Amino acid sequence: MEISERHEHDVLVIGAGGAGLRAAIAAIEAGASVGLVGKSLLGKAHTVMAEGGMAAALGNNRPEDNWQVHFRDTMRGGKGLCDWRMARAHARESPDRVRELEGWGALFDRAEDGRMNQRPFGGHTYGRLAHVGDRTGLEMIRTLQDHAVHEGADVFMECTVFRLLVVDGRVAGALAYWRPTGEFVLFRARTVVLATGGLGKAWKVTSNSWECTGDGVALAYDAGAELMGMEFVQFHPTGMVWPPSVRGTLVTEGVRGEGGVLTNRDGERFMFRYVPEMFEGDYAESEEEADRWVEGDRVANRRPPELLTRDVVAKAIVAEVEAGRGSPHGGVFLNISEKRSPEYIKAKLPSMYHQFKELAGVDITTDAMEVGPTTHYAMGGVKVHPETAATCVPGLYAAGEVAAGLHGGNRLGGNSLSDLIVFGQRAGAAAAEEARDVSLAEIPASELSGAAAGAMAPFAREGGRNPFGLQEELQQIMQDKVGIARTDEALRDALEDVRRLRGALDSCSVDGGRAFNPGWHTWLDLRVMLTVAEAVVLSALERRESRGAHTRIDYPDSDASLGRVNFVIRSSDGRMVTDAEPVSEPPAELRQLIEEGV
Amino acid sequence: MAERTFKVYRGSDDDGRLESYTVEIDEGMVVLDAIHRIQAEHAPDLAVRWNCKAGKCGSCSCEVNGRPRLTCMTRLSDYGEGEPITVTPMKAFPVIKDLVTDVSQAYRNNASIPRFRPRPRDADDGWRMQQFEIDRAQEMRKCIECFLCQDVCHVLRSHGKHEEFIGPTYLVRTAGYSLNPIDVEDRSEFLRDAAGIGYCNITKCCTEVCPEHITITDNAIIPLKERVVDRFYDPLKALVRLVRRR
Repeated sequence: MEISERHEHDVLVIGAGGAGLRAAIAAIEAGASVGLVGKSLLGKAHTVMAEGGMAAALGNNRPEDNWQVHFRDTMRGGKGLCDWRMARAHARESPDRVRELEGWGALFDRAEDGRMNQRPFGGHTYGRLAHVGDRTGLEMIRTLQDHAVHEGADVFMECTVFRLLVVDGRVAGALAYWRPTGEFVLFRARTVVLATGGLGKAWKVTSNSWECTGDGVALAYDAGAELMGMEFVQFHPTGMVWPPSVRGTLVTEGVRGEGGVLTNRDGERFMFRYVPEMFEGDYAESEEEADRWVEGDRVANRRPPELLTRDVVAKAIVAEVEAGRGSPHGGVFLNISEKRSPEYIKAKLPSMYHQFKELAGVDITTDAMEVGPTTHYAMGGVKVHPETAATCVPGLYAAGEVAAGLHGGNRLGGNSLSDLIVFGQRAGAAAAEEARDVSLAEIPASELSGAAAGAMAPFAREGGRNPFGLQEELQQIMQDKVGIARTDEALRDALEDVRRLRGALDSCSVDGGRAFNPGWHTWLDLRVMLTVAEAVVLSALERRESRGAHTRIDYPDSDASLGRVNFVIRSSDGRMVTDAEPVSEPPAELRQLIEEGV
Repeated sequence: MAERTFKVYRGSDDDGRLESYTVEIDEGMVVLDAIHRIQAEHAPDLAVRWNCKAGKCGSCSCEVNGRPRLTCMTRLSDYGEGEPITVTPMKAFPVIKDLVTDVSQAYRNNASIPRFRPRPRDADDGWRMQQFEIDRAQEMRKCIECFLCQDVCHVLRSHGKHEEFIGPTYLVRTAGYSLNPIDVEDRSEFLRDAAGIGYCNITKCCTEVCPEHITITDNAIIPLKERVVDRFYDPLKALVRLVRRR
């Protein structure tokens, strides 16, 4: 099969969300020519959906805030498994990365002194999230997208990469197809940055869009890279639960940051009962204290327990529902109408207001929302070098949600957007630097034609399974057996199911032509999602404890020895194998910082 | 559970037709849900763009019964029982396939806008701005680039002046830069010439259709028109410039 369209760049960035755009900008700044490939139209990547804000210790609202406090919050939130060097770089560099966005046209909400305002969020000691109402991701992606275009990034929209090309052990480019035409296109590059985002689409109830199929995880694995922490999938505590068609759609943590309270069917503010030992003394102990904090007295009072870390809140909601104290549609109530005026709510949470009004017929300025956990974010992903974001495959980098290490066992809200710009910048700069000393490789024609023929296979079959049906089956399996509460038995079932579905891929057929054919796209996505699903299940089986976002009903407690290891997955003779690798120990002064505070 | 029949545009720009599909309807469903159900059950190759399914990304724009809409925010219950629902692609753009249109011209228009250029930082840690100073610019920055205003604008929809007029979406984008208090770029020449702002005769169709409720005509286009007038057509200022030049 002849591939007629070919492009060459110093650096190829795969993924055009926050991390990919920031990587492209950094690589261009370093003098590289950059190709930027995205599956959607530019500016529609999942970053656009981020709501609450990006965490950076600017110290605008609380001068006591600094990188050390942010570092400590991140490490504690990650339940011992964060890479300390990544957490340190992230806490140190995020203020500069955030400020730089304003120089590129971003406009964040202001504090009274004219600097950026910072909103409180779960697990953060101080109000720390620079934000624009509840559309922070939109502001970020527009700013980065326009800046990248003006800087000269060569943008390829609606183009899906389905194979990384490796020549003599180095990544040499990627093979993709144009979604509108179905034609193949070859990208050759000296170095490649993966910035493909998340993988939540493998679950039924998710805040993620169709794009979040974990492409980078599977592409990297197939190219010989290692995956780490794949069992840690964040279930965001507050997704919509009704009506059924929007189940899983995100309700920003900003609702709680602005004072929203969680109650059960009996009207009880239940989070006071769920403060873990690790955070005892850090949170308000009475509704009165929490109210005073919401009203603005933040020095003398502690924050409400609704602002505990996401893993804690999500599990508390599940426990309430299972105890029979849930809301009519199987969630709990989230109410901000009793704490804030309608004008305030509409100004600070405008898209939540419209989302509930238009999709659920609920006015959040007068009534409570019904919310429950939704699959949201992958803490795990491609294992990278903590400073350069390089993978173990020469020439291949990964940044943003596709990369592992920063968030450990649980990510703090707001740390994702800052992750994108901190590590996007680092990956782009490092990839451009390496590209100077590398020449473009010739790709063997046989490899290209083999990959292209494999992608076309379902067109040759007739009357086979519908890829949409297979996708739905996978989503149901992951939801039921690899969800928020896991057991050895269910995980073993899931592993068998996933392997069976991989076999079923060969019995799928696709009707119609190659031009913009969602059935074909879904089949190609499924090849990727099944690799991701298998990696998640294998890691979840290995971690025989409960920690952060990973909860095992059969091992309900944390195991201190497992708190010192990450599970790493690699390909060995065509099989997926798992190894335990020790977490690197922070130096003494940082360890003291984590344990005892600033 | 009730069933409902949809007429959906299938085909390309010059070779298309409406096809009827009947699917079951659940409570709370939106038009995009119905399209997805048609894909899964009847027509896996039915092309539609979508991403967030929550009105935040602006990908799923189509026309529902002839009106430009985000299909993810259009509830089926808004249409009476028995009322037919017809979904067609945005008329102002060439069709690629089914409900997917070619919007590449819009991206070229965007790239032509003179970029944001800030004044030097007010302090080491950035700029100082009051919230009231940025409210107007932030209104423009709410734009999700759904192209519904481009679709409804008669300059583009009826007269096809995509080359001559950048359209409301990108006048909003320009306003987002120009209303930013730290921006120092003069875009009036661009607005008059390349952007063709004179083509807009303020019928306000764009404002009506905006899902983000941006008051496009009053708060974006008219202030930009005023800047162009001030810069090029104000006789007093022209005189001042003439004198200064001497």
